[in-house]
Amino acid sequence: MEKTYEEINEKIKSGKAVVVTAEELIGLSEEKGLSRAAAEVDVVTTGTFAPMCSSGAFLSFGHTSPRIRMQKVWLNGVSAYAGIAAVDAYIGATEVPDDDPLNKNYPGGFPYGGGHVIQDLVAGRPIKLKALSYGTDCYPRKDIETEISLDEINEAILFNPRNAYQNYNCAVNLSDRTVYTYMGMLRPHMENANFSTSGQLSPLFKDPHLKAIGVGTKIFLGGGVGYVAWNGTQHSPSMLNIDGKEVCGSGGTLALIGDLKQMSPKWLAGLSILGYGASLAVGVGVPIPILNEESAYYAALKDEDLYAPVVNYGTDYPAREGKALCYVSYADLKSGKISVDDREVRTAPLSSIPKAREIAATLKAWILESGFLLTKPVKSLASPEDQIKLNFLNENKEKGV
Amino acid sequence: MKSKMIVLRFDMDTSVKPVIYRLVKDYDLVVNIAQANVNPQKRGKMVLEVSGEKCEEGLDYLRGLGVTVQSLDREIRRDEDKCFMCGACTGVCPTGALYLRHPSMEVAFDENNCIICGLCVKLCPVKAMEVRL
Ligand code: SF4
Ligand code: SF4
Repeated sequence: MEKTYEEINEKIKSGKAVVVTAEELIGLSEEKGLSRAAAEVDVVTTGTFAPMCSSGAFLSFGHTSPRIRMQKVWLNGVSAYAGIAAVDAYIGATEVPDDDPLNKNYPGGFPYGGGHVIQDLVAGRPIKLKALSYGTDCYPRKDIETEISLDEINEAILFNPRNAYQNYNCAVNLSDRTVYTYMGMLRPHMENANFSTSGQLSPLFKDPHLKAIGVGTKIFLGGGVGYVAWNGTQHSPSMLNIDGKEVCGSGGTLALIGDLKQMSPKWLAGLSILGYGASLAVGVGVPIPILNEESAYYAALKDEDLYAPVVNYGTDYPAREGKALCYVSYADLKSGKISVDDREVRTAPLSSIPKAREIAATLKAWILESGFLLTKPVKSLASPEDQIKLNFLNENKEKGV
Repeated sequence: MKSKMIVLRFDMDTSVKPVIYRLVKDYDLVVNIAQANVNPQKRGKMVLEVSGEKCEEGLDYLRGLGVTVQSLDREIRRDEDKCFMCGACTGVCPTGALYLRHPSMEVAFDENNCIICGLCVKLCPVKAMEVRL
């Protein structure tokens, strides 16, 4: 049994497609067996709503009179990168105002940053724009202070260089002081553990060999329609063999793009992460076509079958030693406690499972009711078989220069 | 004299009855027990209305015995629109007032268990937890 994208899209158009969320597929394949579930189901929808730091938006403001080639840009006091053409800038999710006390008052609160600017923009709130320049013959103006809003600017394109991590570390702290990380507050001596994927609902977990998701895949992004633009930065998917179990590594990532103007502040939330910085929670949902039994097998993997590496953020992680202390299942992580070295450790998610479920259900409704069709990737992304190894950045003295 | 509502929390090995008696006897306080919750497995909790000149001294005496004293003139609220049910707060809340429901993984808030430690207020990434005076 093999299905094609064309066949699935025909069924969507004629209202005959069977679309289920990843959690519904799990139930279905337990009830009817994998083969029948694979034959019946055409599309599986996934979802995740979690902090995704590597996010931001390209904005194009429109020209002033006289013209300015904006060299420095601030939006509500948060600096945006303006080293591109005249009135274009990129606001990154983790940027904070120049006068933020940062971690001087440890742990810093980071009340407002780039992620909040993006959320305010999407919510339609006015944003203060300040720009400076040096003046040229063609762009004589040297400064401007005004207000903009999403409706008034020409383009607003969400472009997130690295989102939707395939899998992610479960963070613990083996040191003897509390640490404040992008994985939350971690108490000493492994008193708590935080994890951050939606497990059985998570997009890349359901397509670990990247057979369905590729460049051009149309997705749910921030409440609107978006696309996979490329692989995410640091994309290095892997399949590990841990005690005879096939474990999906943490390396697969996606670069995502979409028109910010049709997104929603409900699915793009500015975050203040104590002691770490500002960020953005991004809602992402990816449809996965069930082309054959193999795609159904991976899409039906459940929390009991999916494992996260437990990593010590007290010392190992900051020192670039990401070694896993052990692997724990998402079923255990979601139960509220895991066992590490025979010790019971309480767990908490950082990624919203109820919202992930809502995204998967919304995407399902889009396909069934609004004619959202699947796109066949125009280019495949590197898969675990490509064995990408990430390079490290070393100082000259380490290189022996 | 204005009375004050307070919540006491104590380990089960602190026997409370004589302690309350001392508040009345040694510190001249008028004490009205509004709620007492003594569960053998857990920490005990008592809500009191107290008034008297030496109120603060009396409360300091309790603190000296290791009793957590918390004034009820502040409360913690959750802004339901802002909360996106990430669950981050459930890992730090010391009393389980913020907890995950299974299997939905929705984050619930039981105000009765909140000791107003303020940790979630600092930690919540979208500032959904607020202190109200
Ligand atoms: S940390 Fe904040 S947003 Fe997350 S569940 Fe708790 S109250 Fe809600
Ligand atoms: S104030 Fe403290 S006890 Fe109350 S909900 Fe927040 S973390 Fe829990």
